[in-house]
Amino acid sequence: MNILIKNGRLLDPATGLDRHGDVAIAAGRIVSLGQAPAGFQADQQIDASGLIVAPGLVDLAARMREPGQEHEGMLESELEAAAAGGVTSLVCPPDTDPPLDEPGLVDMLKFRARNLSRCRLFPLGALTRGLAGAVLTEMAELTESGCVGFSQADVALADTLVLMRALQYAATFGYTVWLRPQDAWLGNGVAASGAVATRLGLSGVPVAAETIALQSIFELMRITGARVHLCRLSSAAGVQLVRQAKAEGLPLSCDISINSLYFIDLDIGYFNAAMRLTPPLRQQRDRDALSAGLADGTIDALVSDHTPVDSDAKTLPFAEAEPGATGLELLLSLALKWGESSGAGMARALARVTCDPVRVLAPALGALGDSAGRLVPGGVADVCVFNPTAAWRVQPQALRSQGKHTPFGGWELPGRVHCTVVAGHIAYEASRPPAS
Amino acid sequence: MTMSRNPQLNAHGELIHLLSIEGLPRAVIHQILDTAGTFLSVSEREVKKVPLLRGKSVFNLFFENSTRTRTTFEIAAKRLSADVINLDIARSSTAKGESLLDTIANLSAMHADMFVVRHGESGAPYLIAQHVAPHVHVVNAGDGRHAHPTQGLLDMYTIRHYKRDFTQLSVAIVGDIVHSRVARSDIHALTILGVPDIRAVGPKTLVPGDLREMGVRVCHDMTEGVKDADVIIMLRLQNERMSGAMLPSAGEYFKNYGLTAQKLALARSDAIVMHPGPINRGVEIDSAVADGKQSVILPQVSFGIAVRMAVMSTIAGNDT
Repeated sequence: MNILIKNGRLLDPATGLDRHGDVAIAAGRIVSLGQAPAGFQADQQIDASGLIVAPGLVDLAARMREPGQEHEGMLESELEAAAAGGVTSLVCPPDTDPPLDEPGLVDMLKFRARNLSRCRLFPLGALTRGLAGAVLTEMAELTESGCVGFSQADVALADTLVLMRALQYAATFGYTVWLRPQDAWLGNGVAASGAVATRLGLSGVPVAAETIALQSIFELMRITGARVHLCRLSSAAGVQLVRQAKAEGLPLSCDISINSLYFIDLDIGYFNAAMRLTPPLRQQRDRDALSAGLADGTIDALVSDHTPVDSDAKTLPFAEAEPGATGLELLLSLALKWGESSGAGMARALARVTCDPVRVLAPALGALGDSAGRLVPGGVADVCVFNPTAAWRVQPQALRSQGKHTPFGGWELPGRVHCTVVAGHIAYEASRPPAS
Repeated sequence: MTMSRNPQLNAHGELIHLLSIEGLPRAVIHQILDTAGTFLSVSEREVKKVPLLRGKSVFNLFFENSTRTRTTFEIAAKRLSADVINLDIARSSTAKGESLLDTIANLSAMHADMFVVRHGESGAPYLIAQHVAPHVHVVNAGDGRHAHPTQGLLDMYTIRHYKRDFTQLSVAIVGDIVHSRVARSDIHALTILGVPDIRAVGPKTLVPGDLREMGVRVCHDMTEGVKDADVIIMLRLQNERMSGAMLPSAGEYFKNYGLTAQKLALARSDAIVMHPGPINRGVEIDSAVADGKQSVILPQVSFGIAVRMAVMSTIAGNDT
C-alpha cells in the first residue's frame, strides 16, 4: 500500500531533520521526505497539517501478559494500545507464565504479534531457566527465534556466580544482558526506604539495594566484557554510578520508567495501590536526578514499563497489591510533557523514545537497526503522526489496554496520536480529526 | 486516584472512621478523651450499659489473631448496647481463598453498621473504608506496622489521667519501634497534643533514623533514653525478631533495653510505666517494674474499654 502523509512537520531527532513536507511510503519503506517523487500514486493520504510526523516510538519495556497471564492482558489489546500510543516497536520482558525460556514460546509470541501487525514485538529471553537463577537458557536458540537480549525481569539474581557465567556466556556471542539492578535481599520491601515508608509502616527498599547491585554488575562487566542494559533505574545514587561507569567506557545503557520520572513516595498518600510500582517510587531528589540523567543522556531511554494489572490484583492492601501500571498509551505524552517542563526540549524528549532506545537494541536488530527509530529515505516506514499541542485527559477506563490502572488517571497531558504507521501499514488512526 | 481529603473525616471535618491518629485535629482527640472520661463511670455501674448504639451491628473482623483488643472492643460495643458479631477471619473465609473486599461485601449484605478491623497489612482498613456502603463506619484495630489508633488514644488517656498537661512532658518509647503500629500511633498523638520531647529508644535495627522525620529524638542508649522521662512506654518484643537478624537474643536485648528498677530510677521519680500488652516479663520489662507502683499497665486496659466506647459512639454519631 502506498501512503502519502501530507503537509506535516517532519521531525527526526536522530538526523536533526525538522522541516515541513510530505512523507511518501511504499512497500513498507519511506520513499521520500519532503516532496513525493513525481508520479507517486497514494492509496491513502493522511493530512498532517498542524501535526508532527516523527519516527514511531520504541518502548524498551512493555508487558503483553502472554503467555499465561491473559486475564491481565492479551496481545490483541496490548498491541492495540501500543499502536494508539504511537509505539511501533516494543520490547517485552520474559516474566510471563511460563517465562520465555524456550524457543517455542518465543516463536508463538512473534507469530501472533506478526499476524496482528499493530506493532513490532521484540521479546527478551529469560536469562535463566524459569527465571530461577540457576541454569542458563539456550541463548543462541532463543536468539534465532527472535529474542533481542536476555533478562531476569524483576526477579533478582542472587547467585553472583550464575550471574558471572551468564554474562560470560552472553558475551561469547555478543548478546546484551538486561538487568534491573536490585539486590535479592535488600530489594524485598514494597516502598522506598525513607520517611514515607517509615510513617506508613511499609517495608522499605534502601537505595543500597540498587547501588550494591550496580557495583556488582559493573565489576562483573569488567571481568566478562559483557554488554549490559540496565532496566528501571530509580535512585540519584544509581544515576551517578551509571554516569561514572559510562565515563569509564563500560558497554552500558540504561532506562527509566515514566512512573519514576513523575512520581515520588509521597504520592502513595493513603496507601494508593496505583503507586505500588516496581522499582518503588523514591524521593524528590531521586526524581530530579533521574530527570537530569535523562536530559544529559546518562539515561538512554524512557520506557512505559507497561504492566496491565487486573482490578482484583490491585484492590488489595498496598503491600499485597500487584505492582505495575499501564503505560503504552501515555509514553508519548509523558515524554513530550517532560521535554517541555524540564527544558530538555521536544527533540531530546523524542530521541529518548525513538533513536536512543534503538541504539540499545541495535546489536540485535540487524538491518532493521539502521533505520528503525528514524525517518530516512529507504528506511522502514515506522511513523507516528501526532498533534503536539492537543491536550487530553487520562481516563483509565477509556484506555485500550486491558490494564486500567495508572497513577496518571485524571492528568491532562499534551500530545495526541493522530496516526501510527508500522512497516508501511496504518496500525492506528484516530477516529476524529485533530483540532488544528 | 489520589484521595483529596483525609478519608477518615467527612466534608465537615468530623470523624467518620478511625483509621489513624495522623492528621487528627487536636480538638477531636481531646473530645474523644473527654467522652471516654464520661464512659469510665458506666463500667462501675451495676448495669454497665448505655443505649447509644442500640440496634446497631458491630462486626469485629480480625484477620490477625488477637484476644485482648478484640475482647475490649466487644465489651465496649456491648456496653453501648450494640449487637456484636465476632469473626475470626484468620481461620475462616480467607483460608478458603475469599478476597478481602468480597468478605466485606458479604458482611455488608448482613447490614453491618460498623467494622472493627485488624489486619496484618498496613493500610488494609483504608481499602475497606473506601469500599464500604456510605453509612458504614470503620475502626482500625491495628493494621500491619502502620497504626493502632485506639491504643494510641487510650495511651493518651492514661497519660492525661496521670500527668494532666502534655506540653511539659518527656516521653520515652522503648523497643521495637520499626515494627510497631502502637509506637506510630503514640508518636502521632503525642506530637499533635504538643509533647515537646518524644524519644524513640532501641538498637538501630529496631529504631531507624528515618523516625526523626516523625518528630522524635532517636536514642540508641537506654540510659540517655529514659533519663528524666515522665512517661516510659515499653513495647512488646516479638519472638520473630530474633530470627530476622534484628537481634541476637532476648537476653542481650533485656540487658541493653529491658526496663529494670535501676534504669527506671533514672527517670523522674513520678514517672509512669506503660505497656500495650501482652508483656514479656524478663524480655522487655522486669517483673518488679511491671508489677511496681509506677506501673499503670492494668489501668491502661480499663481505660481502653472507655476509649473504645468513645471512639465508636463518636464516629457512629457523625454522618458519612
